[in-house]
Amino acid sequence: MASIELKNLVKKYADGYPAVNDVSIDIEDGEFVILVGPSGCGKSTLLRMIVGLEDITEGDLLIDGERVNDVAPRQRDLSMVFQNYALYPHLTVFENIAFPLRLQKGRFSKKEVTDKVNGVSEMLELNEHLKRRPGNLSGGQRQRVAMGRAIVREAKAFLFDEPLSNLDAKLRGQMRTQISQLQRRLGTTSVYVTHDQVEAMTLGDRVAVLKKGELQQIASPRELYEQPANLFVAGFIGAPSMNFLPCTVTDGRLSTPVGDFDIPEGHQRAGEGKDIVLAGIRPEFFEDAETLEGSKRDRGSLLEVEISHTEWLGNEQYVYVHYEMDKRVEDTLQSLAEDMDADETRPELVISVSPESKLRGGDRATIWVDVSRIHLFDPATGENLTHDPEAGAELTRRAADERRRDAERAKERTEAAAQS
Amino acid sequence: MAAPGGNTTKIKVGWAVLFVVTLVYALFPVFSILMTSFKTPGDLASNTLLPASFTWQNYEEIFVGGAQTLFLSALVNSIGITLIATAIAVVLATLCAYAVARFDFPGKKVILASALAVSIFPVISVVTPLFNLWRTIGLYDTWIGLIIPYLSLTLPLSIWTLSAFFRQIPWELEAAAQVDGATQWQAFRKAIVPLAAPGVFTTAILAFFIAWNDFVYGISLTSTEAARPVPAALAFFTGASQFEEPAGAISAAAIVVTVPVVILVVLFQRQIVSGLTQGAVKG
Amino acid sequence: MRVLEAGEESVRPKKSPRARAEARLGWMMAGPAFLIMLSVTAYPIAQAVYESLFSYRLTEPDAREFVFLGNYATIFSDSVFWWALGVTVFVTVVTVAVELVLGFALALVMHRALKGLRGTLRTSILVPYGIITVVSAFAWYYMFDINTGYINEWFSWVPGISSDLDWFSNFGTAISVIMASEIWKTTPFIALLLLAGLAQVPDEMVEAAKVDGATWWQQMSRVVIPHMKAAIMVAVLFRALDAFRIFDNVFIMTQGQHGTEVLSMLAYKTSITRLEIGMGSALSVVLFACVLLICAVTVWGFKVDLASGTDHQDAGKEK
Repeated sequence: MASIELKNLVKKYADGYPAVNDVSIDIEDGEFVILVGPSGCGKSTLLRMIVGLEDITEGDLLIDGERVNDVAPRQRDLSMVFQNYALYPHLTVFENIAFPLRLQKGRFSKKEVTDKVNGVSEMLELNEHLKRRPGNLSGGQRQRVAMGRAIVREAKAFLFDEPLSNLDAKLRGQMRTQISQLQRRLGTTSVYVTHDQVEAMTLGDRVAVLKKGELQQIASPRELYEQPANLFVAGFIGAPSMNFLPCTVTDGRLSTPVGDFDIPEGHQRAGEGKDIVLAGIRPEFFEDAETLEGSKRDRGSLLEVEISHTEWLGNEQYVYVHYEMDKRVEDTLQSLAEDMDADETRPELVISVSPESKLRGGDRATIWVDVSRIHLFDPATGENLTHDPEAGAELTRRAADERRRDAERAKERTEAAAQS
Repeated sequence: MAAPGGNTTKIKVGWAVLFVVTLVYALFPVFSILMTSFKTPGDLASNTLLPASFTWQNYEEIFVGGAQTLFLSALVNSIGITLIATAIAVVLATLCAYAVARFDFPGKKVILASALAVSIFPVISVVTPLFNLWRTIGLYDTWIGLIIPYLSLTLPLSIWTLSAFFRQIPWELEAAAQVDGATQWQAFRKAIVPLAAPGVFTTAILAFFIAWNDFVYGISLTSTEAARPVPAALAFFTGASQFEEPAGAISAAAIVVTVPVVILVVLFQRQIVSGLTQGAVKG
Repeated sequence: MRVLEAGEESVRPKKSPRARAEARLGWMMAGPAFLIMLSVTAYPIAQAVYESLFSYRLTEPDAREFVFLGNYATIFSDSVFWWALGVTVFVTVVTVAVELVLGFALALVMHRALKGLRGTLRTSILVPYGIITVVSAFAWYYMFDINTGYINEWFSWVPGISSDLDWFSNFGTAISVIMASEIWKTTPFIALLLLAGLAQVPDEMVEAAKVDGATWWQQMSRVVIPHMKAAIMVAVLFRALDAFRIFDNVFIMTQGQHGTEVLSMLAYKTSITRLEIGMGSALSVVLFACVLLICAVTVWGFKVDLASGTDHQDAGKEK
């Protein structure tokens, strides 16, 4: 178990392109940190720098307070689960898991190795497969073998490089839960790379969002969702993505292409004097006025819109509304879409409504919007003009407290188990 | 489709015929020379495929009889020179292909390109200057004098084939082993060697075939039994007496040097095919 | 082409120590093989170019004389050379064309054969590939030879063939047998390359063509063969270069008599048999130039990408 500190890490390739640029993250002992971002954002490179498979061009990497920039991977005592699992095809499952133990010659007796491997395979339900070779295993089983190999060594930290990306959706969900529980039980510091924001949100104590090698924001999932630091984080976190409406603040009202409405005082001050701002409204900040509970109505404003089409998914329903794109922000939104691996932006408002809602394409409808949760962004800099760092920090503090409580509970449980 | 039953029978017969035709095509000339090797001297001119009576006379001739010195020394030369050249080529090519597949360094494209260029080189163009040079520095008619040019035959193919093999090795394994606590050497030995071994073995077979097949260097760079390999020796075979047709002895000798080829082919056909096609066709 | 020196590396600033160590290690591992390949080919060919400028016989070493391009002038004005070149081109074109058709047929048979038979087919077809060329030449020679052969007896019913036909005493028949043995020995190589190409044609594409109503012939000519173009071109190039260097069969069967003297044979006789090193070297250089020309024409003319698939894929993956 260990803390990991990344201090101003930089990775430059021979062509001078910085794959990772000035990234600093403090990872606490026992913490589960996610590195997330679109492809090419440097998240995997960063992970490989931590584990020692990539050189660090500039900056310091500290494990338990010790600088390990020039320490070979094998001496860093970290274990890693690779995207393609990196199982040794010529070894059985048992030998794959035992591999790291066998490398430390003389440290473990034969019996210890067997006991440890059996313990791990028990935990991962691999007992019946120990004699098979990786080639004969299903994707999920291979993934568990890779996990087993990482766990068996009781290394200082676990590093995961998109470990679930090769599994189908259902299995991914199961393995996600398993990884989460395992990490809580073992309390091992973990760094996890993914491009899947569901994994990021559900697994992470804190999530670091990267773009083009630069750290955009690191915070608890809740803080990222409620208080994104900038346009990119706001757009990247949450599915479907946040809507960005070009608008202006005049006389305390927000005028948008789909209608004008009142906004809170703080927002007015943030948006005043700007030529144009982007209003970030998540689809779930809207609701069909018809199905809205009365108590919520006062917190928001109402809009009259014409619906282009709807999508009913059983447990949720989306309503789409076209609007006129403002030329002044088109480029910003286009490059934002490219940053997020999307091809194009469509001037289309996505609204999440209750599945009971009877709205249909072509209807004119009254939509309610929760104005208190809207954020305003500066299209030129991407900065969140309504960012409330204090409120955000509070969310992250709460998450940290939760984690510590979980860890203590897990510890008590193991102690209790040991005593009985 | 109208009469599936009749069709399948026809198709089956068709396939059987094609199968037999292919077998005959591939094996008939070998069978033919095998039969010649069993003919008695008097039988040689009988103008038939099969010998009138089978005899081991020709094999006795080359192993214990008059052609013994010529053939046995050539056989020893062939085996020795080919094995040494193959071993050296495979070791050097393994190192080279490993570097090419594993590392990113300036000039690795140059290496692959020159391997290709060397493999299309006409041996005849090289043999005259080598003949000259070897005579000057004393390598003419020696084992080393053949091993070196054999390397130029076997290295390009070996490098090319092994690079293709090594490219398919998941190098992530090496990184994984290092993270698991292996030294660079341990990672190589425990994770990579077991995966690379089959490719190296296949390459060795292909390299062996090439060196075993050489004729031009064999006749040009040797003059005596000191280093002359079997293919060259075959061209110098004469009958036991001046009037005797050497066909029997030559055929027997040809069969003897074909045996290792057939054994390798039978045991390792799958590997040979994959090695051959990987080197030349992408994917 | 040589191991990078320390001073040179420091000129390139952006390289990490690991990259530099990697480059050094890479060249240390690849260097020996590279050097040997180069020295055994580049040196002799340079030597040949140099020697070719002299009139020089090993039998009269003192009469060595610089004649500049005189040897080449002699070669290009000599009908012996043009005949040899013509025969070589003829053999190359005919054998490669026949091998391509035959090889494709063999590849189809192996591709479609029942699983249980494939192994046997591959094994048997590898025998000609692995057999020594000289052995193959003798096998064919003894089949046709007027003394030991039985072909004359077997095919005496064919007009023009009788028991006293000496196949190796005139150009047409001799070159035919030479080409037959060459084709027999090397078709498996083409067949295996084409088989690999066939295996890469997605079944779906053929099925789609079937659904679209293509006949068997149309499936082949419009879907399968165009898709295999790369494999075909590689096979043709390698075989053409190989066939152009034909030597062993000719040496065994006719020694170049009766007009079967191919370029390699001519060069060999000139330098090794007659020890005319200057002239022989010049012929070697001309032969080498021809091979380069074939290579260039095929690579540029047909856009065969030989080096592709070698390291493009993994270069990107590294980063």
